[in-house]
Amino acid sequence: MKNDERLTDGAVETEEQRGGLSRRSILLTVGGVATLAAVSEVAAQPISERPPSASTGRVRLVVNGRQHELDLDPRRSLLDVLRETLDLTGTKKGCNQGACGACTVLLNGRRIVSCLTLAAMHDGAEIKTIEGLETNGELHPLQAAFVEHDGLQCGFCTPGQIMSGIGCIAEGHAGSPDEIRFWMSGNICRCGAYPGIVAAVADAAKGA
Amino acid sequence: MLPFTLEKVTSVQAAIAAASSGRRFIAGGTTLIDLMREEVDQPAHLVDINALPLSEIRIEGSDLVIGALARMTDIAAHAGVQRLHPLVAESLVEGASPQLRNMASIGGNLLQRVRCPYFRMHDAPCNKRSPNSGCAAIDGLNAGHAILGTSNHCAATHPSDVAVALVALDATMQVRGPRGERTFPVEELFRLPGDTPHLEHTLLPGELILAVRIPGGPDSRRARYLKVRDRASYEFALVSAAAALDVEDGVIRQARLAVGGVGTRPWRLRTVEKALIGKPLDRKIFETAARLALEGARPLSGNHYKLELLPRTIVRALEMAGEAA
Repeated sequence: MKNDERLTDGAVETEEQRGGLSRRSILLTVGGVATLAAVSEVAAQPISERPPSASTGRVRLVVNGRQHELDLDPRRSLLDVLRETLDLTGTKKGCNQGACGACTVLLNGRRIVSCLTLAAMHDGAEIKTIEGLETNGELHPLQAAFVEHDGLQCGFCTPGQIMSGIGCIAEGHAGSPDEIRFWMSGNICRCGAYPGIVAAVADAAKGA
Repeated sequence: MLPFTLEKVTSVQAAIAAASSGRRFIAGGTTLIDLMREEVDQPAHLVDINALPLSEIRIEGSDLVIGALARMTDIAAHAGVQRLHPLVAESLVEGASPQLRNMASIGGNLLQRVRCPYFRMHDAPCNKRSPNSGCAAIDGLNAGHAILGTSNHCAATHPSDVAVALVALDATMQVRGPRGERTFPVEELFRLPGDTPHLEHTLLPGELILAVRIPGGPDSRRARYLKVRDRASYEFALVSAAAALDVEDGVIRQARLAVGGVGTRPWRLRTVEKALIGKPLDRKIFETAARLALEGARPLSGNHYKLELLPRTIVRALEMAGEAA
């Protein structure tokens, strides 16, 4: 994708840009139909006699160094925009309520959970996701440390763990295993790979 | 999530004007977005106040003044906060995950909604979510619920940690609304549920929190926060205690104490405080005083354990405060 290209909100544009139907874009399209059905169902109830959300105007996001200009429904979380509009599916949706940390990204250099913030509130922000870590085919040192220390089993929480680990190291809270455990407690790993995760963060912190 | 409009404001005046016409503020959004997604909260118009100049943390004389939009992380990491009010820093760090602390503002933290599971469960009655529908927690799963300040209509605890510290330290809040500015104790922000559990705070329509002010005192450095919970970190309190002691020659001159996880609002314990004044730093004294915290306690079917855990937590917090210097 070129820099500065303008994307409209939704799946169809993504599909056109990719020049064909992939499995993912089919899923997105089907998902879109399901969403429309749900909306019209709700529309029969008095509560939703609300006009549809108006676009908030163009929102500029710099994601992994690339600038995007987007027209967004204000309801969309930063997580959903990253995954569904920008096709950056490395950032995972776990609980979608801020409890698991799978959606952790860096927003203006600070780790946040992208599920609990509205993308439209971040005009001009710089966002870094797991896709933005590698440079010239080289893994980021913390990515390499996760490989080295077996910091994962199924891998679903790993992008969030790594983005959170980068924040933890940058904040200066990776001085001991106990400190790492406390300052990484916003990231849940249901496989229980915690010993490897703590070792990986500790290892990468030494080189940071 | 139901449709809503989102606008941004860049002045306090514009924010108050927007709120006066029924719009709702959004700052960090960590509570609100979650509840909107579940359609537990359904605002039709939001005003993004993050661009307002209310993030400053400053020291005025012996007071610490925290702008309403200051993030939990920044407050906890501020050198002045750590020096003057370690209790505030400690309660903030214990208050949420690092990611959420990077997002959540102090104003939003104080106004966060309850974590009672029935509040977000549309097929269960909840007087907070839907007034006069009943309370599923009173005879339901209530191990995490309050034993103090409850009514037959609601027993949800206030979930904030830093609010417990602020209530202990006699912090005040500065708010501005269409009728001007006023200042009142943080303790008075929170209502008891009574017959109207859907009314949670005492802000007037259109009012915006500008800042929280924490007065310095001889006890503010000898002050600690203890949080007891099911996990070692990133979990709501079963019981928590904020204790500040002013001690001279081994004798307590002044004690300030508030507890969390047990009350429908952050719970100040003035009877316990009085029982400590003039007494030595002694575990037996702490134990006797701590029993007074149970005055008026009404346990539910699942939280009798708090009758024991509360005084023990108080005793430990007082010991920690006594050892701090």
